[in-house]
Amino acid sequence: MSEPIVAAPRTTAVANPLFEYVVRVADDRLVLGHRLSEWCGHGPILEEDIALSNIALDLIGQASAMLALAGQVEGKGRDGDALAYFRDEHDFRNALLVEQPNGDFGATIVRQFLFDAHSVLYLDALARSGHAPLAALAAKSLKEDRYHLRHSSEWMLRLGDGTAESHTRVQRALDELWRFTGELFECDAIDTAVAAQGIVVDHESIRARWHDIVADVVKRATLALPGDAPMATGGRRGRHSEHLGHLLAEMQIVARSHPGASW
Amino acid sequence: MANDPNADVTDDSQWPLWEVFTQSKQGAPHEHAGSVHAADAEQALQNARDVYARRGEAISLWVVPTSAIVASMPGDAGPFFDPGNDKAYRHPQFYKVPRGVRGL
Repeated sequence: MSEPIVAAPRTTAVANPLFEYVVRVADDRLVLGHRLSEWCGHGPILEEDIALSNIALDLIGQASAMLALAGQVEGKGRDGDALAYFRDEHDFRNALLVEQPNGDFGATIVRQFLFDAHSVLYLDALARSGHAPLAALAAKSLKEDRYHLRHSSEWMLRLGDGTAESHTRVQRALDELWRFTGELFECDAIDTAVAAQGIVVDHESIRARWHDIVADVVKRATLALPGDAPMATGGRRGRHSEHLGHLLAEMQIVARSHPGASW
Repeated sequence: MANDPNADVTDDSQWPLWEVFTQSKQGAPHEHAGSVHAADAEQALQNARDVYARRGEAISLWVVPTSAIVASMPGDAGPFFDPGNDKAYRHPQFYKVPRGVRGL
């Protein structure tokens, strides 16, 4: 396992915390959706290929709606496309977990499972927040992510409790991706600031319930829960692993080569 | 090998085949929509949902292992399906169907 990435906390005041907040939610889904889209045509079997593409489309759809909302909140005339295609790496606010490479199918499933388990709890909380447009988007996304969790949980069981090789691969992925899970529950000045807009999410309660869900599936999959380890952080502040730059270069190349084109 | 979990895998190295039936609305019959490959029932349901029911086409899904279906033989066409067209008393065409009744 390589050294965890540790970023120094940023203390600069943020002009528009609500914009920053919505972008975080959107970027998680945009980057993970793009990662899953890389599987298209490469899935282990036709039906799973379709399933991964379906989940990718769900996530990109969620991101698209949330980035459009972020653009409105920002009020500077940037639409969803402008935010997706014309921001650089350090302006992305996704968690480090979602930008990790697909690896093998087992690693993709572990990444998805860890994210989905968080996402259903987080979106459920967000859907009950006082910010109506964001709450509506969260409620819509929650339905999709519940299905995603069902799908990724099933695969955790199937691979963990499958052959010796599938077990080894999934355990390895779990051990390697574990250090990116702490960031999902971080609460910083942005979270505190948006409380004024009715967005109050209890990260600690989500962390406890997430741990229960993950521990249960991991146990039933005959896998071992990784021990406590230093957690990587930085994505929420634009400090990313080396993987995001490559992902964005590929994702943004057409839009940046033809700025202003309609499509 | 009787206990080999791969024993059901067919020659083209796919998982076993499942037939998918979708119900479009409450009270409608489940209709055959197609088939999917899957290792077990839960996965068959998920795959069927992704392939045949993701755009609001269905409110209910059935999946059945293809191997569990017994079909009639083409050779049965004669005696098995003889409609008995000359026996009018077999056909329920002497009733007036009330307006509004569908699916008969």
